[in-house]
Amino acid sequence: MLVSILHRVTGAGLSIAGLAVLTWWLAAIAGGADSYASFSKAAGHPVGIIILIGLTWAFFQHLFSGIRHLVMDSGAGFELDTNKRFAILTLVGSVLLTAALWVYVLEYRP
Amino acid sequence: MSLGQSATPLGKVRGLGSAREGGEHWLTERVTSIALLLLGVWLIASLLFLPALDQRTILEWLHAPSGALPMALLIVIGFKHALDGMKVVVDDYVHEPGNNFALNTLLLFLAVGGGAIALFALARIAFGTIA
Repeated sequence: MLVSILHRVTGAGLSIAGLAVLTWWLAAIAGGADSYASFSKAAGHPVGIIILIGLTWAFFQHLFSGIRHLVMDSGAGFELDTNKRFAILTLVGSVLLTAALWVYVLEYRP
Repeated sequence: MSLGQSATPLGKVRGLGSAREGGEHWLTERVTSIALLLLGVWLIASLLFLPALDQRTILEWLHAPSGALPMALLIVIGFKHALDGMKVVVDDYVHEPGNNFALNTLLLFLAVGGGAIALFALARIAFGTIA
């Protein structure tokens, strides 16, 4: 239930905020050094980082619950315990991957 | 006479049957999802493995076909998948035909417009000259 709702919420978030950031980023790169500097400033601001972390989590959550939906579309995984385990796995996986990625980006990336 | 009380069998089912469409939308959403799985992982991996994230490095990465081509696919398929997904959400929650049409049209304009802006920016990067 929760994971199914999250699939919608993260999908809507990626559709609106995710594609907006992607488009802004591409336009900033095309616009030259100055326009990229203003994008970098916004992306490096604490609020910007929080949004980017949120989008990263939304991507992984949507990816994992999307795979879960593809499996269920095939008719598999409807047993209650299997279904629940798969749902919890998507939550654990998305949080772990997001945390690992951002710890690397913020602490170790050159 | 209301729809359900029609005298003839034909009158009872007329207008209630299959729309004969929708299957393609459902399938497209899933096929694009598999493409985006690959392209999304490609984007994140690329950003992680680029030596730096300054404008010059990203410009050179997306100027080369090996960067520009997957990015073009990501833009087109990403906006398409977003539009398909948002249509499902709108159709699920907005039932009044006028509002439903207005919202779906707005989404279509946003997706096509946004996709065009992103593609145009990428074209400038890919086909422009690097000073």
